[in-house]
Amino acid sequence: MNRNTLLYASLLIFGLVGAFVFPAYKLQLSFLYILIVLAMTWDVQGGQMGYNTFGNILFFGVGMYVASSVQIAMFFSLSEWTDAGGEKTFVHTVPQFFQGFAFGILLSGIIPMLIAGIIGYGILGLRGHYFAICTLALGIAAGEIAGGVEIIGAGQGMTVPVWPKGFGSNELSSQFLYYLSFALAVITFTFLKWAYSTRFGLVLNAIRDNEDKAEAMGIYTMRYKIIGWMVSAFFVGLAGGIMGHINGYIEPTEIAFAGPTFGVFMVLMAILGGKGTLWGPLVGATIFHIFKESFWTFFLGWQYVALGVLIVVIVVYFPEGIMGWLREKYPERFGEVIDEADRKAQVTLK
Amino acid sequence: MKVKNFIITFISAIALLLSTSTISLAKVVGDKIVLGAAVSLTGKYSSNGVHTQNGYNIAVERINSMGGVKVDGKSYKFEIIYYDDESNSGRAAQLAERLIKQDGVQYMLGPYSSGLTKAMAPVTEKYQVPMVEANGASRSLFTKGYKYLFAVLAPANLYLDVAIDTAVEKNGGKPVRIAMAFEQDAFSQDVRLGIVEAAKRTGSKIIIDDKLPKELNDMAATLSKVKATKPDVLVVSGHTKGALTAIRQISEMKVDVPMLAMTHCDAAKLSKQHGKASEYALCASQWHKSLSYRDNYFGGGMEYAADFKKMFDYDPPYQSAESSAALLVFKDAFERANSFDTKKVRDALAATEMQTFYGNIKFAPGGQNISKPMVLFQVICNDDGSKCENKVVAPLKWASAELVHPIPKWSDR
Amino acid sequence: MLPSNRGHFFKYLEKYFMDFLIFQAPMLMVQASIDGILLGILFALIAYGMALQWGVMNIINIAQGELVIMGGYIAYFMYLSGIHPAFGVIVSPIIMYFVGVGMYKLVINKVVDRDLFISILATFGISILAQQLMNFAFGADVVVAQSNFGTTMLFDGMVTIPNAKIFSGLVCIIAAIILVIYMKKSKLGRAIRATAQNARAAKILGVNTEKVYASTFGINAALCGIAGACIAITFTLHPYTGLPYTVRSFMIVIIAGLGNLPAVAISGMGLGIFEEWADYLIGTEFRIAAVFSLLVIILVYRRFKLSKKREYLK
Repeated sequence: MNRNTLLYASLLIFGLVGAFVFPAYKLQLSFLYILIVLAMTWDVQGGQMGYNTFGNILFFGVGMYVASSVQIAMFFSLSEWTDAGGEKTFVHTVPQFFQGFAFGILLSGIIPMLIAGIIGYGILGLRGHYFAICTLALGIAAGEIAGGVEIIGAGQGMTVPVWPKGFGSNELSSQFLYYLSFALAVITFTFLKWAYSTRFGLVLNAIRDNEDKAEAMGIYTMRYKIIGWMVSAFFVGLAGGIMGHINGYIEPTEIAFAGPTFGVFMVLMAILGGKGTLWGPLVGATIFHIFKESFWTFFLGWQYVALGVLIVVIVVYFPEGIMGWLREKYPERFGEVIDEADRKAQVTLK
Repeated sequence: MKVKNFIITFISAIALLLSTSTISLAKVVGDKIVLGAAVSLTGKYSSNGVHTQNGYNIAVERINSMGGVKVDGKSYKFEIIYYDDESNSGRAAQLAERLIKQDGVQYMLGPYSSGLTKAMAPVTEKYQVPMVEANGASRSLFTKGYKYLFAVLAPANLYLDVAIDTAVEKNGGKPVRIAMAFEQDAFSQDVRLGIVEAAKRTGSKIIIDDKLPKELNDMAATLSKVKATKPDVLVVSGHTKGALTAIRQISEMKVDVPMLAMTHCDAAKLSKQHGKASEYALCASQWHKSLSYRDNYFGGGMEYAADFKKMFDYDPPYQSAESSAALLVFKDAFERANSFDTKKVRDALAATEMQTFYGNIKFAPGGQNISKPMVLFQVICNDDGSKCENKVVAPLKWASAELVHPIPKWSDR
Repeated sequence: MLPSNRGHFFKYLEKYFMDFLIFQAPMLMVQASIDGILLGILFALIAYGMALQWGVMNIINIAQGELVIMGGYIAYFMYLSGIHPAFGVIVSPIIMYFVGVGMYKLVINKVVDRDLFISILATFGISILAQQLMNFAFGADVVVAQSNFGTTMLFDGMVTIPNAKIFSGLVCIIAAIILVIYMKKSKLGRAIRATAQNARAAKILGVNTEKVYASTFGINAALCGIAGACIAITFTLHPYTGLPYTVRSFMIVIIAGLGNLPAVAISGMGLGIFEEWADYLIGTEFRIAAVFSLLVIILVYRRFKLSKKREYLK
């Protein structure tokens, strides 16, 4: 237990002082926290529930658009803001900015959650690869639709309100976003840790292991699946809302509904770390982010080759991820008891 | 609890890694002025990204070999830190942040395409880093009140409105009927706005207004509509892929329009790839090698084209020329500011008034270049169609050929 | 002026006009349908390859589109060296067959008996690797190969069909027929079908499943090669444009089901026609969105239909 407390404390301290110790990497780190949230929430479906979704990016994009649109529309006309010619420039005052920010972020969690609740019944009834492909199509369709709707800027994209002038420096704005994303990561982690320890987590695992049996035992699996998806949607939406502010510019298919990048990265990170574990997505996201960023520096133009090779190696040789590999190697550390006699009796088959 | 140990070690390793690698490059190292640039080396804009990078590289090489930049009596050389933005605007914004915060870059060059520039501009503005960009023409870049953004090119809404004016003029001053097909991206949509305004100004009517999804490579439906409605002008813009697809399908479907106006003809090597099928296409361009501008580094456009071809083995599209011009502007600004202070450099940039091989450069308060007109060229082939060339047709000052209007019908070609 | 954001009323009026256009000019319906069918046949061939290896090896190949583009580049390089690109439909499947077998030997054989999701990710990795390598090898330019086949005009020039498209349609149909006969008659074809039905039983009965898998993947790549050569002469090629082909063939297979060639052909063409018509009826900007929304709707509809019988799509 002592070790556990030490671990959590060191992580918390790292997060809290990170902004001051590594000021140049503030944004990199905020980005990492967002990635951690994405990986952890994907794991609710992909790891714990056994439903491999490609569609969580839908909530990411919706959250991003909602957060900024609400912040703008509360004080100005959204259509004039996004008007492609952009003749007019609007500036939020300090109280306007923060009121809009708060409401925008709040709704950026709630609206995706509601969407997940509404479409969940139809889509979570699909299983296996049909589910994966249906959610993939959802994400692509959403991006294409957003690219055609003019009130949110269509293909032109949309600029996010800028930090109000005269309220602190640039440092303050990136510190603000840093702590916001750190808080989101901490809350997501804590919430999921708690949720997995309750009956809810057990039901999700039961669905993964055998949904029909779970149903036969009298569990309303559909209800749990929808709630699980809503939880993911809520946190992913919040992450999207914050991400919009970190980027400063929203583009429908490349930033908001970025299926081929973030949509796949969240899956990869979870698998790299080990799906179905609490720590896996976190570790996976961290390693993935560091790996990717260093390749961007050292292998100009070759980073995709490296990434492609990495993906193939991960899924072919480490399908259980880092945590899964560790678990296999040191089962005792995970609280699994293996009888000594049993182990000795084990013979390698093949 | 070995796992927890592992995680702790892991976290501390990251912390160590981060703290040791915070050796950020200064903006000026020794005799080098470090510029930062994110260009699209991969992804859907990779062809134009390479044109941009080549444009930067040839200018850096030329300036460095001709004495470099003289600031405060000392000669400095340019050096560019490149990152690959993967044609993705989200990535471009992150890289801008990274160049400035981690690599300590204080002067930026622009990426390729308006969308990516739009993503980077808020970042450079936030950190007050001057950015001279050469490939982001969307007008919305210049109405946001950015103080540190300078574009050597004319805004996108001016690309093709001359074509509409010409069409009206050829129509005896009467309004024309316009069909438009534009890709769903920041640049093309801004060209579209220019057309919409030109239509309003001339009282012309827009009868088809299609927005093509980014990944679409089939325009058959749009062209069928054009065939059915017989407009006077067809305007198409969709980067390289859009230009090639349009010409291929127009020629195959035998779509007869009196005027076909496009963008990205030279970047797509249209006349080479499609030959006679691309004849009579009217193209908007920021630059053409036959223009009579001159400077001390590249001489005139023809010399630039020859040098470029020698170095990279293809004819320079305007995307390369404008990128080279961006460096000439930077050099000029450094020398006039006689300092490396970003504010002073920024002020010097704002006061730029110079001629380069690419054109005159003078920035409006919004950052766009106001002293260089767009040119229109038309693809003209010789009789047997074996050789097709881009001939400037407007403005008349540089015109090397007369505009062929209306375009002959396919049955007569 | 067309109002951009304001005045949606005018926008709808204008759309209304466009709605009418397709009904005013009935030839447009013919044009849209023919375009759709010819587009659909091409997608159906790619989809058939996907269905084949999905059915036999239980692998979803995300790199399908990259195989197509690679095949296209083969035809393009033939065109550059002075050979007519139409011969690409013969050469590129041969080369692509070996590319496919190589890919199987290197990576795919390690994920064959794993979870379907693992294969999706592994092939995604291959696809970005392939994109990147093509970008280095073939250059970043968007390229086209000229067939100079001319155009067929119907109804007094009202309906025009590029002969290159007709050519690729025919090639795709012939390739599909040859493949069906091959699968029925040849020894390897029967082995492939046996493996698809029950890999273990086939193995016991002496079928070398490893070889069967390799050739299945090779045949899939060859089909992509044929389609790619057709695309080189009808559309454009760029290293990064493979994804749409993957996703379309996905959809066709999902709608048609595995191992059912007529259904694949019909759903391919149906999808092509739907896409062209959607362009006229709801606007070009929502054309792709319409296709993907349709997929979601079809899947959800099938799910509700099955759930009445207490079954589910799996």
